[in-house]
Amino acid sequence: MTTTPAQPPAIDPKYLIVFLITLVLVVGEARYHILGGYPRLITTLGVCLATEVLLSWWLRGRVANLASAYITGISLALLIKPQANILWPFALGAFIAIASKYVLTYRGRHLWNPSNFAIALLVLLASDSVAILSHQWGNDLGTNLVIWAFGLVIAWRARVLHVTLTYVACFIVFALLRHFIVGGPLFAELAPITGPMYQLFVFFMVTDPRTTVSTRRGRMIVVAILALVETLIRLAGDYQIAWLRPFYVSPPILALAMVGPLAMWWDLRRHRA
Amino acid sequence: MLSWRRFIVIAAFVAAIGAVIMLNAGAVTSGGGVSETIHLSEVAHASGIDFVHQSPMLDPKVNHIAAHIAALGACVSVADVNNDGWPDLYFTTSRFGASNALYLNQKDGTFRDVSAEAGVGAVNRAGEGVSMGAVWGDYDNDGYEDLLVYKWGYPQLFHNLGNGHFEDVTAQSGLLTWMNSNGAVWFDFDRDGLLDLYITGYFRSDIDFWHLKTTRIMQQSWEFASNGGKNLLFKNLGNGRFKDVTDSMGVGSTRWTLAAAAADFNDDGWPDLYLANDYGPEELYLNHEGKRFELARAGLEDDSKSGMAVALGDVYNRGVHDVFVTNISEKGFLFQGNNLRLNFLKQLGRFDEVATGVVADAGWAWGAQFGDLNNDGLLDLVVANGFISADSGRSYWYAMSKIAGAQGNIFEDAKNWPPIGSASLSGYERSRVLLNRGQAGFVDVAQEAGVTDRLDGRAVAMADLFNRGVLDVVIANEKGRALLYRNTANPAHWLELKLVGTRSNRSAIGAEVTVEIGPGRQRQVVDGGSGFCSQNDRRLHFGLGDQRLGSVTIRWLSGETQVLNGLAIDQLHVITEPR
Repeated sequence: MTTTPAQPPAIDPKYLIVFLITLVLVVGEARYHILGGYPRLITTLGVCLATEVLLSWWLRGRVANLASAYITGISLALLIKPQANILWPFALGAFIAIASKYVLTYRGRHLWNPSNFAIALLVLLASDSVAILSHQWGNDLGTNLVIWAFGLVIAWRARVLHVTLTYVACFIVFALLRHFIVGGPLFAELAPITGPMYQLFVFFMVTDPRTTVSTRRGRMIVVAILALVETLIRLAGDYQIAWLRPFYVSPPILALAMVGPLAMWWDLRRHRA
Repeated sequence: MLSWRRFIVIAAFVAAIGAVIMLNAGAVTSGGGVSETIHLSEVAHASGIDFVHQSPMLDPKVNHIAAHIAALGACVSVADVNNDGWPDLYFTTSRFGASNALYLNQKDGTFRDVSAEAGVGAVNRAGEGVSMGAVWGDYDNDGYEDLLVYKWGYPQLFHNLGNGHFEDVTAQSGLLTWMNSNGAVWFDFDRDGLLDLYITGYFRSDIDFWHLKTTRIMQQSWEFASNGGKNLLFKNLGNGRFKDVTDSMGVGSTRWTLAAAAADFNDDGWPDLYLANDYGPEELYLNHEGKRFELARAGLEDDSKSGMAVALGDVYNRGVHDVFVTNISEKGFLFQGNNLRLNFLKQLGRFDEVATGVVADAGWAWGAQFGDLNNDGLLDLVVANGFISADSGRSYWYAMSKIAGAQGNIFEDAKNWPPIGSASLSGYERSRVLLNRGQAGFVDVAQEAGVTDRLDGRAVAMADLFNRGVLDVVIANEKGRALLYRNTANPAHWLELKLVGTRSNRSAIGAEVTVEIGPGRQRQVVDGGSGFCSQNDRRLHFGLGDQRLGSVTIRWLSGETQVLNGLAIDQLHVITEPR
């Protein structure tokens, strides 16, 4: 089978994503004060950028493009919701996210989306201190529609729309399946994808070109598997499987943390073969 | 081969993960190792109090989440009902046919339920609604404390006849308005000497929970909901009647208010209103000379949580009212954290939120009250916790998280909520007793203090129930028995004040007292309702420790300021407002 790497897009997708996440930040903060204080943003952004500069220079002899660190910093500021007014999850989360790109590598490529890795790690190892996105941006349809509209256009321009749409389609199919298995209201199963955490997830994490596999078909298969694993975690939540409790506080984030690197590893290994 | 540079980066990466684990382990500290503490002993049954709250049964259309919706109504309020100098207790329950209880203090360490003969027990009736709480205030200045029972249904006003009996005067009072209320405060907003009434709305007032016409009854947002019941302000006209002045005074919030407290937060001499709103930011309405209220920008609007109680206390003896508002924390899912807001309104025009550690994270916190439980001159804090204790092996948190992030129009409809079944929701949480160590912060001493219950606490009230110079703690529990924690500490020095208004309202509600304690000065306000569906004794209690008692300044609502020097300590003083 021949591989078909993604075509070089007209605009570097990183900058489109930079625009979109900045839009999310500005709209969310202006309308809903989603940050919970500017020190959080300053901390994550500052540590992400500083770590990227330092590690890229230290290990590779040149300072890397900082767009990726900027996206990671804002994602973490938006998603991490700690106990009380503590700042250390932002600082350590930011460092771990960026450092993971330099430490957790295989054949020169990092395996985890940096934000995804840091948040998954914080949720699993620091659940007494950290939750994800307590803020729901007002549960407001209008705001979310704006972000979905911009997100879809930008995903299309960045040529990752197939990833986003595949995931959304799979989520809906699996929601129907869960509805029939669990027996609760259908809207309760569909509800999560209408929320803000999923906006960050479908536009910034699953589409990350640095941590997705090389073929279009492969990327679609991977997000389908991701949605399946997420559904398994959700069913564990519905059936209250106690030892999986740390996972069902945030099924999509933790599903991606498991599926993403395995897919990358397999893809890189296959190409070598 | 691993370069030394890469090795250093890996080491730093691993060290950062180790730091996460270590810092997380220290996230919530308990009171271990604290020498100074508080001693409480649970004596409800021994004191003759065997009150058990029953939650309401609602329309079958919401049966699948009835355990969630109907988890309110266990409340307690304190007043000296018969003017015998001993505080009495009123508990509410929320099931049709079940009786509220009025426990008269027998002055011998026991209480006796006299609700039936007093006529304030049988208030939970089909067609009229069920009790959600009560507040005491002498609305007609006849010297006897009257009773307002707020409900999911029609509020009821009982006039204390002074002979052990009460008369239901709701019909002629102008208060006969269906509300789904979970809070009320008596306060004299226009300082005319008559107690006015602020009743908060939670669910919309067009909802009759026993005849639902729609299931679209829930909040439309978890953080900025404005589709709750409308709060109402009733002006006391002085003839036994009240007039709804909500709109003209500008205090008709529809933000799902669960609790309110009134005090002069900005020191302009007029009582303001502080609201704790579920699914929304807290609100401070500043009183402009009794003519109108203005929603203040005081640093509250940026921080939207699930406010459930308003406790007032001068935390660091600065001579101001600081505010503690309870919220929700649940490991992994949600860290809203309680708010401890220090009052800097005069200096900076805002409150500063400073809650950390045990103050911020108490679980699913409900009622709370400040009080100096060890008489050391600093106000301690009791917080009741826990929402629904059912099957301890099942939790509703995951199911609720599915809809919590959704669009509002999905979960506004109760039928879209996953069934709660037999699951718990932040159940079996313990109450917190937070010892105030001044600049060293609060420390949780509940275990050492003897507060170990894991009932679903709702209301907390404090009073020196046995006239011993120490504050006791009463907790009303949802679907559980009421608890009376008798303070068994050796009392240090103290001072208690009972204020009697003459030109101000007779209950003296809203009178502000500042007591010089050593180098500090502690301020308290006579309580017309605070915490969550609770009311402390209106006698003010000041612990003094081994510090010198300075002057005592009383600012009556009439505008009169009275300065008292040389008051004897370790006793109760009855102070009547100069005419």
